[in-house]
Amino acid sequence: MAEIHLNKVHKSYGEDEVLHGIDWHIRDGEFVVIVGPSGCGKSTLLRMIAGLESITQGEISIGERVVNDLEPAERDIAMVFQNYALYPHMSVYNNMAYGLKIRGLPKDEIERRVKQTAEILEIGDYLKRSPRQLSGGQRQRVAMGRAIVREPSVFLFDEPLSNLDAKLRVQMRLEIKKLQQRLGITSVYVTHDQVEAMTLGHRLMVLNGGHVEQLGTPIELYERPATKFVAGFIGSPSMNFLDANISESGKSIEFSGGNALDIPQSLSSQANRRLTIGMRPEHLRVDESKSQTTAHTVHVVEHLGADTLVHGSFGNGGSDLTVRLNGIRTIDEGEVLPLAIDPKNIHLFDPESGKRINS
Amino acid sequence: MIEHRPMVTFVSHLVLIFGVAIIAFPIWITFVASTHEAARMVQIPLPLLPGDQFFNNLELTLFKGLQGAGAPPVGFMMVNSLVMALMIAVGKIAISLISAFAIVYFKFPFRMGFFWMIFITLMLPVEVRILPTFEVVANLGMLNTYWGLSIPLIASATATFMFRQVFLTIPDELLEAARIDGAGPMRFFVDILVPLSRTNIAALFVILFIYGWNQYLWPLLVTTDQSMYTVVMGIKQMLEAAEQSPDWHQIMMTSLLAMLPPVFVVVFMQRLFVKGLTETEK
Ligand SMILES: Nc1ncnc2c1ncn2[C@@H]1O[C@H](COP(=O)(O)OP(=O)(O)OP(=O)(O)O)[C@@H](O)[C@H]1O
Ligand SMILES: [Mg+2]
Repeated sequence: MAEIHLNKVHKSYGEDEVLHGIDWHIRDGEFVVIVGPSGCGKSTLLRMIAGLESITQGEISIGERVVNDLEPAERDIAMVFQNYALYPHMSVYNNMAYGLKIRGLPKDEIERRVKQTAEILEIGDYLKRSPRQLSGGQRQRVAMGRAIVREPSVFLFDEPLSNLDAKLRVQMRLEIKKLQQRLGITSVYVTHDQVEAMTLGHRLMVLNGGHVEQLGTPIELYERPATKFVAGFIGSPSMNFLDANISESGKSIEFSGGNALDIPQSLSSQANRRLTIGMRPEHLRVDESKSQTTAHTVHVVEHLGADTLVHGSFGNGGSDLTVRLNGIRTIDEGEVLPLAIDPKNIHLFDPESGKRINS
Repeated sequence: MIEHRPMVTFVSHLVLIFGVAIIAFPIWITFVASTHEAARMVQIPLPLLPGDQFFNNLELTLFKGLQGAGAPPVGFMMVNSLVMALMIAVGKIAISLISAFAIVYFKFPFRMGFFWMIFITLMLPVEVRILPTFEVVANLGMLNTYWGLSIPLIASATATFMFRQVFLTIPDELLEAARIDGAGPMRFFVDILVPLSRTNIAALFVILFIYGWNQYLWPLLVTTDQSMYTVVMGIKQMLEAAEQSPDWHQIMMTSLLAMLPPVFVVVFMQRLFVKGLTETEK
């Protein structure tokens, strides 16, 4: 078990810098998730921790040791790859035992560890099979088993579930979480799926274009996204963004159509300023009392059973807006809904920098 | 395509049988000739059915050779051929595996330069560079040795190129997983690359063994000592050396014997051979 320190980590491929100085302290036993859109540098960062990519600048330490110049095998890590990377010509048993054999562990110790791990993962029946005789989910387990038998101090996962079908993914997600709780090994998990990120991680790093957008617990990221990017990335369906102005008094927001919305804290310092307002679909509700109303013209209704998603255009400006209503609602296309939102649930962002304005 | 028109089936079988007959007939004649006495083979018409001298001829050819023709016993030449073919096949595979490993997995200056240098040798088979190669082999004192027979034929661009293609299809994650497991370069090579190229190695072995076995021109040049003669060149030697009319029964028996090892190799390695040439899944 170990802590991981990332200290101003940069990565360049030739002239292109793809990671621009990442700082992070991952605590012992913590499960952290690196999440971000495709190409943002998640895998690169993980592979730098693993030792598969060189570190252009900065320092990475695992436990007490700076690992910049250590080989992957010397870093006491184990990694699970997206395509599993099982040795195709070796049996499941040998796949799991290979690393231990190289380390020179005695035969009976190897056997004990492999058997024990196979039991935890319920793959004991397949030990003699070759990987190509296994289903995707079983291969996934073997790949995890190969990581676990090494008894490393850090687990690294690079999108390990993205090759599985939706149902299996949910199941394996839960198992990974349970397993990590049980073993208590520091884990770094890379994904582009925000649901995986929210459900698995104690803490998340949202990465965008090689910059850290925000670090925090899933709830922090959901409730107080630091940037418009994080706000749009976390949560499903994603947050609605509308252009608006702060009124002269700084106490309300005016939309282009003439609608206004009071805000809890006065932003008089920002009076008359343009900004982007963010509202989560699940925070919008149909307003029966007609106070603070804003008209929403319905275009498409999606019934999910537990929820109803209402897509439409908002106010006179016609910006797209999605509303998530509880339960099954009968709403017709073309209908105009009066919408309301609790002022404490609105997020204000600077339209240029995307930074959060309200506290 | 499945069709049930009897006429089509009939005609296509006819064509096939005709084709097989064309290929098989000379081999049949070779076999028939090897079962008669020398005297019978110079009478006209030539026999079309086997005689009763097969085992006599076999013993004569294998252990005595052609008296007066200056050729050693064929058994002896077969051993030479076998050693040469094996050295060429094994040597080529070993060298090509290692050089492909270097070119694909290591970064060193002028890597692509070396690759193209190897690749260009495709245009320089032994026949093209035969004089300088002979000169080198002669200067190294390798005339009339197994080394002299095989080394100039070993360095091979085709096999290197093929293994390079095979290695390029092996996913990078496998290398990374092995690195995390603590395998160094040579362990990775031995434990993972070579087993994964197994079928390709088998396919190449078949091709190279036959290539080596059938070498004619090069052995003719570098062997002057009868004890180093190979079968394929030996046959020709027998024809020329005979002062009287050629001893067809023995020559044909030799041809028959010379055909056998390649046939055995193909038959025994057929399954791997086909897999190696067609398999794409890794
Ligand atoms: N070997 C390389 N040479 C040059 N550029 C590279 C190399 N590897 C990655 N990159 C670049 O680095 C950036 C980050 O790549 P990375 O693989 O870390 O993305 P990612 O966040 O894992 O994306 P995905 O979700 O698609 O896996 C990309 O813009 C990519 O083009
Ligand atoms: Mg990636």
